Amino acid sequence: MQLTLWTYEGPPHIGAMRVATGMKGLHFVLHAPQGDTYADLLFTMIERRAERPPVTYTTFQARDLGTDTAEVFKDAARAAYERHHPRAIIVGASCTAELIQDDPGGLAKTLGLPCPVIPLELSAYSRKENWGAAETLYRLARGLAGERRERPARARPLANLLGPTALGFRHRDDIIEITKLLNALGVDVNVTAPMGATPDDLTRLGDADFNVVLYPEVALPAAQYLEKAHGQPYTKTVPIGIGATRDFIAEVRKIANLPETAELPTSNLPWWSRSVDSTYLTGKRVFIFGDGTHVLAAERIAREEIGFDVVGLGTYSREFAREVRERAKLHNIEALITDDYLDVEKAIADAHPELVLGTQMERHISKRLRLPCAVISAPTHVQDFPARYAPQMGFEGANVIFDSWVHPLMMGLEEHLLGMFREDSEFHEHASHLGVSSAPAPAPIPTAAEQPVAAAPTAAAASSPVEPQWTDEATKELKKIPFFVRGKARGNTEKYARERGLTTISVGTLYDAKAHYGR
Amino acid sequence: MNESVSIRPHGDGPAVHHERGQRSVFCGLTGIVWLHRKIQDAFFLVVGSRTCAHLIQSAAGVMIFAEPRFATAILDQRDLAGLADVHDELDSVVGRLLERRPDIKLLFLVGSCPSEVIKIDLVRAAQRLNAKHAPKARVISYSGSGIEKTFTEGEDACLAALVPTLPAEPATAAPSLMVVGALADIVEDQFAGLFKDMGVDARFLPARRADAMPAVGPNTRFILAQPFLAETARALEARGARRIAAPYPLGAEGTTLWLKAAAETFDVPAEKFEAAIAPGLARAQMTLARQREKLGGKTIFFFPDSQLEIPLARFLAREVGMKPVDVSTPYLHRALMAEELAMLPAETRLNEGSDVDAQLDRVREKRPDITVCGLGLANPLEAEGLTTKWAIELLFTPIQGYDQAGDLAELFTRPLARRSRLEV
Ligand code: SF4
Ligand code: SF4
Repeated sequence: MQLTLWTYEGPPHIGAMRVATGMKGLHFVLHAPQGDTYADLLFTMIERRAERPPVTYTTFQARDLGTDTAEVFKDAARAAYERHHPRAIIVGASCTAELIQDDPGGLAKTLGLPCPVIPLELSAYSRKENWGAAETLYRLARGLAGERRERPARARPLANLLGPTALGFRHRDDIIEITKLLNALGVDVNVTAPMGATPDDLTRLGDADFNVVLYPEVALPAAQYLEKAHGQPYTKTVPIGIGATRDFIAEVRKIANLPETAELPTSNLPWWSRSVDSTYLTGKRVFIFGDGTHVLAAERIAREEIGFDVVGLGTYSREFAREVRERAKLHNIEALITDDYLDVEKAIADAHPELVLGTQMERHISKRLRLPCAVISAPTHVQDFPARYAPQMGFEGANVIFDSWVHPLMMGLEEHLLGMFREDSEFHEHASHLGVSSAPAPAPIPTAAEQPVAAAPTAAAASSPVEPQWTDEATKELKKIPFFVRGKARGNTEKYARERGLTTISVGTLYDAKAHYGR
Repeated sequence: MNESVSIRPHGDGPAVHHERGQRSVFCGLTGIVWLHRKIQDAFFLVVGSRTCAHLIQSAAGVMIFAEPRFATAILDQRDLAGLADVHDELDSVVGRLLERRPDIKLLFLVGSCPSEVIKIDLVRAAQRLNAKHAPKARVISYSGSGIEKTFTEGEDACLAALVPTLPAEPATAAPSLMVVGALADIVEDQFAGLFKDMGVDARFLPARRADAMPAVGPNTRFILAQPFLAETARALEARGARRIAAPYPLGAEGTTLWLKAAAETFDVPAEKFEAAIAPGLARAQMTLARQREKLGGKTIFFFPDSQLEIPLARFLAREVGMKPVDVSTPYLHRALMAEELAMLPAETRLNEGSDVDAQLDRVREKRPDITVCGLGLANPLEAEGLTTKWAIELLFTPIQGYDQAGDLAELFTRPLARRSRLEV
């Protein structure tokens, strides 16, 4: 029994729903109590889908339990076929139905529906959402891809794109970006699955020469199966970031035997990152958390492409624990493998990062800790299913990533500057670029003690009941510090004094604090 | 609006169709989302699966990060295989929880489908834990499972479980008024004020704090502020209290009739009653007149959701001139709905139960001006060119009483106004 408030992943049948909802012509008959239909709203609201997910729930109730929930299931499956005429059906049980031990697969078989019926074992009490999606795609590939067949030699090789699903973080645009990239390399896309594919498309999976694994969380078991059964190699590099995209291109060229002649798109990231405006990004302390794929990609971008210091690295995807641990070693830190957001919150607070890259939860944690944050991984909320084109993969993805990571920092810096300027009379809130303003005279400039402490607003108050007082000399000394770092110096000094229970801040304290916080 | 309406009208209202099929509704766990905000020192611990945790997280949205007072004890393989004694596990989870949150005075163990199917006896668990933690924290259980409870029935189950723990009012006590059903604090305060002006001292169930729950006894008269409280009403009657029958306080007319039913029970003189309600009633009528211009003559279709559908349809029909063409409710408690049914336009098609596919067929055929439905249906219906109002907002927004009557109508005006603005 685990006490849980917030979960990074839903139960496995949500993963199956993500596969079914991404596809067309596939229907999911889910043995589940009324109430489990809440899951529809993830797709209709967060992803803003204009159709209901292709899921029929049996919605059994207590009064059905005594009699025959198996009949309820059969009726629902029959009705679903009649109404939707799908090309294939998947059947499975949610956590409650798993307990009542009806066998959806066996029951569906007895109905003799005129389309393939693929049963799923979803293990609701030991597995989670991503596993459910991966298992579903694997079962579909196994069930529909057919026998291995001869592939003709082609001028342009064919690849499948595996892994994008409904409710995936930027999956919609990653498909477009990678399809463009492959086309530029001289590769055509055979089937993209599950997103956008029909069951009939899945019967053509075997025609491709190789598979591109976009999201290993979802696609790996299917890709491994296809390698064994159809002799298709698959790509191991996920093309998120400049370096990874270049490696991915090299990998594809090798697998598909392509010359290095193609003209490829470029990215602004390398120059943006080298331009002097980005110097202040150097060594910024960044904390990274999310699913395995996006965390590993973000770590490399942070390290090699933007020049951050990684002070925290972790994932809720246990399947990626080993790789994430390896990467953490590069930074002399311990990887955080957990699905408890309270652990993550604590780790973030302890690491004192200047930027957090994470999921929706880290966004909230950062808000609470007043840290800049950008979202890099599911689970996300509605604002991370944007209307505009916003891939993470490929060269355009790198542009998007640069902007979205740096943006909150710029904001952070601006805010900081504004906070400091507030005390300089020419920056009072009524000042205007149009010259003398008609606005009322500025309010008196607050004294140091009244100023909000920028650096550590929360930690502060608790440690000492008395606010440390600045001596006159120390105040004078503070004024000598350039205005753009003065606010930070004051905040740090007061924090330093408070933590040590000092009641007065002398010139010495000011420099002790500077030495303490300096790096 | 019409003052002359009889308070206990005759006639049963429209005929009722019964439907059975796929249901697209929340389970009773969802009630936690608003109940935990109402009872400020209570904690709701769901004993369930990852699905239950995911449901609450999806329904609670932002609140999940406001240090909420709810959580899920997720059953895992070890619990199911009997490797771990579920009761020992639960005791230790609760122990740790209460240690971490000493501010918690009332702990609800909330049953789910999984806990019910494997027959974890939460009633016994609550008794055992109560013996251990009372009086610091009391422990009560109820079921919010989808196999038992539809959406707002979760609140009913919660309040019904509270009733046996309410203090006993002595048989000699003066008659007292209890208002039953969680209301937004602002609405509760308005009602308390109105009753006070009539000389009636009203108490509310649930109270805002665990130690302030109202007493109950044979002289208690209670009035339901929400229509979905059948089990709670029975539990109160089992303790000798008597129910005051009334329509529900939605709209100016609904609020007036509701207040009047209580006032009559307490023999409030007519002038005193009129004086108390006059300002609020006038304000409500004024705001509703404006909404009537926008909503009059428009057709409306209700998918089943909260049991608020019938009172809402009645309000919209009588006070702003809408035409409810098809109204579904997950359950219809005839006795609790008698006053409402009598006021519902006779031509309304009324359904109890759910068959979402059949309802979708009807909504497409009737193409109403507004469809009230859940979040899983709203965007797909909008994409088909229908205007929708998502139903769950009606539970999270203060809608009862005079000063909310205009806001309530406005919830239906806004989607129409939006549709007429957009040119793309
Ligand atoms: S319907 Fe049952 S299993 Fe599903 S979330 Fe509600 S209580 Fe949990
Ligand atoms: S973004 Fe945050 S606040 Fe908004 S709904 Fe999602 S979880 Fe809630």
